[in-house]
Amino acid sequence: MTETNRPKIRAQHVEVHYGDARALHGIDLDIHAHEVTSLIGPSGCGKSTFLRCINRMNDVIDGCRVNGAMFIDNEDIYGDHMDVVELRARVGMVFQKPNPFPKSIYDNVAYGPRIHGLAQNKDALDNMVETSLKRAGLWQEVRDRLHESGSSLSGGQQQRLCIARAIAVNPDVVLMDEPCSALDPIATAVIEELIEEIRSEYTIVIVTHSMQQAARVSQKTAYFHLGNIVEVGDTDQIFTKPGNKQTEAYITGRIG
Amino acid sequence: MSLTFLSISILVLGAYSFLFGRRRVRRLSAQIDIKQHSLDGYHGAFVMACVVLPAFSFAVLWSGFAPLIINDWLREFIAAGSSALTNAEVNVLVSKAKALQAGFINERFVGPNTVEAADYFSGLLEMSSYLRAIGTLALALVGFYFSQKLIAPRFAARQRVENIAIWVMIGASAVAILTTIGIIFSLIFETYMFFQQVPVLDFLFGLHWSPQIAIREDQAANPGEFGMIPLFAGTLLITFIAMLVAVPVGLMAAVYLSEYATHRLRNFAKPTIEVLAGIPTVVYGFFAALVVAPLLRNSGADVGLVLSSESALAAGIVMGTMLIPFISSLSDDVINAVPQSLRDGASALGATKSETIKQVVLPAALPGIVSAVLLAISRAIGETMIVVMAAGIAANLTANPFESVTTVTVQIVVLLIGDQEFDSAKTLAAFALGLVLFFLTLILNVVALRIVNKYREQYD
Repeated sequence: MTETNRPKIRAQHVEVHYGDARALHGIDLDIHAHEVTSLIGPSGCGKSTFLRCINRMNDVIDGCRVNGAMFIDNEDIYGDHMDVVELRARVGMVFQKPNPFPKSIYDNVAYGPRIHGLAQNKDALDNMVETSLKRAGLWQEVRDRLHESGSSLSGGQQQRLCIARAIAVNPDVVLMDEPCSALDPIATAVIEELIEEIRSEYTIVIVTHSMQQAARVSQKTAYFHLGNIVEVGDTDQIFTKPGNKQTEAYITGRIG
Repeated sequence: MSLTFLSISILVLGAYSFLFGRRRVRRLSAQIDIKQHSLDGYHGAFVMACVVLPAFSFAVLWSGFAPLIINDWLREFIAAGSSALTNAEVNVLVSKAKALQAGFINERFVGPNTVEAADYFSGLLEMSSYLRAIGTLALALVGFYFSQKLIAPRFAARQRVENIAIWVMIGASAVAILTTIGIIFSLIFETYMFFQQVPVLDFLFGLHWSPQIAIREDQAANPGEFGMIPLFAGTLLITFIAMLVAVPVGLMAAVYLSEYATHRLRNFAKPTIEVLAGIPTVVYGFFAALVVAPLLRNSGADVGLVLSSESALAAGIVMGTMLIPFISSLSDDVINAVPQSLRDGASALGATKSETIKQVVLPAALPGIVSAVLLAISRAIGETMIVVMAAGIAANLTANPFESVTTVTVQIVVLLIGDQEFDSAKTLAAFALGLVLFFLTLILNVVALRIVNKYREQYD
């Protein structure tokens, strides 16, 4: 396996139980750097659960158990020596509903760098905030009101603020859990462009219910059904000639 | 006819008219073939409301106002009977006549004029009760007659009943509002009377409080000083100590319960803490006086501090304990109302649990927490029993928590215990203190509400 071909994230037989119910039945999946992988499938199929395994957000849910192994850069993040705080600094996450903190726009973006001590002084922090907002395509709109509350922004702006907040800690991986489901088509288009622009610097995993979105933004697609991966491959191939009847039925809208 | 018997009669009449109205609309509908407008029960309820509500309101109003009028007539009767009576003497005779009528005293101990007055009084009472019964029953019958005539299949009984229900609700809120307004006006009026005797500025800015003035000419006493500053200083000192106890403990308990405690522990601990709020304040009071104050005095003596046996510290600590559940319960509610998505957002950025709580959850919950604290402060300011027992009644102007101080509420109690004359400055001072206290807590409550409304984040 060459250096470029080695997967950034490798899931090996990942199983998740919520109490007695098994949500994931042993997922094996390789996710590569500098491309966008989309996870699609009907509601309740386990795609969000799998996404939350990648930064161990399932840890905070009562009664949730994860078995199997998840490697990021060949390191098992469920291993004994893994520091969850450090892991989440490397794996950023954007949620379904925009969730800016009840703080100013500036403080929202500066939050991550502050808790991880990334900036040496005020100028460096200013710089990080500006860079992150620019990368999230929000700088032009908010540069004059950085000290207004983050919740004063529109829904689409709030979601870009959350993306800026996530990339401000300079993660390797960005997880997005249906980031556009609460947004209108124009705001969605802006976010999709943004994903395309930043993908060369990150490994992006996105959960989406929109087939068009998966087709537009991702290079790889994995189709989940009832806690299993049914099919995974290049997005072009999955959407033009799916190898599996179930996948075809789902993406053409006959089930799901 | 007694009020109890009258009320029962009205209720029986009401029940009958409900059944009557229901039966009547059924019979009328059976005769013709059109769709009835309202359900049978609405027709019954309409007739019942028309019978019960006016009659009952009349009985209540009569019972409220008739004694006042009868009292006036009795005074006039007595005053007319023998000239040259002072106001106070008339009052005594009125009380005697009433006592005689009620059978509390014997005829042998009062004069013939009083016996006559008692007979007159007794006649008035009887007539009043008689008129009340007649008026009430007449209103019930009138209501019955006119409402049952309206009953018809197409009669919109449902709308009428809904409207009547609205008016009943309005009446209920009006009672609460009018009572409040009445109390405020009586406070203002009596305070005005007080300021006729004591200058406003002496009251508001005076540094000495010794209200034990003579209430009769022959009593020996000092001229009395009515400076409220020592009382408010004492109130604020004790409130401050109470908040030093209640805010940190209550807040940390709330954070623990809502963020760290397991579900089972929380279900057990929260009601347990709230039991503290159910303990009567008088129990806290003797706990403060009999346990905490001696304990503080003894441990103070061990380290060389001199504490008086009644100290602001003891009262403040116990009051703070009383307010812990108040703050923890309200804060727990607002912390729980902070959406989980904010906590997820912070932990997804790699924030630890305590960082998330300090930097995201608490700031989001701050308006609610501030208002909980302000409400607790207004409770502390109004609290009486604990300070009566534990803080003393000496009006010291001091910031030393080891000394005995007194509060506004305690002084109101002291002023109104024992012999009173309603027009003496001593009694009226209680109203002035009450008015100032009322404004203080009112302002605190308004500020608390404003803060909550202004800084409330809209989470959907």
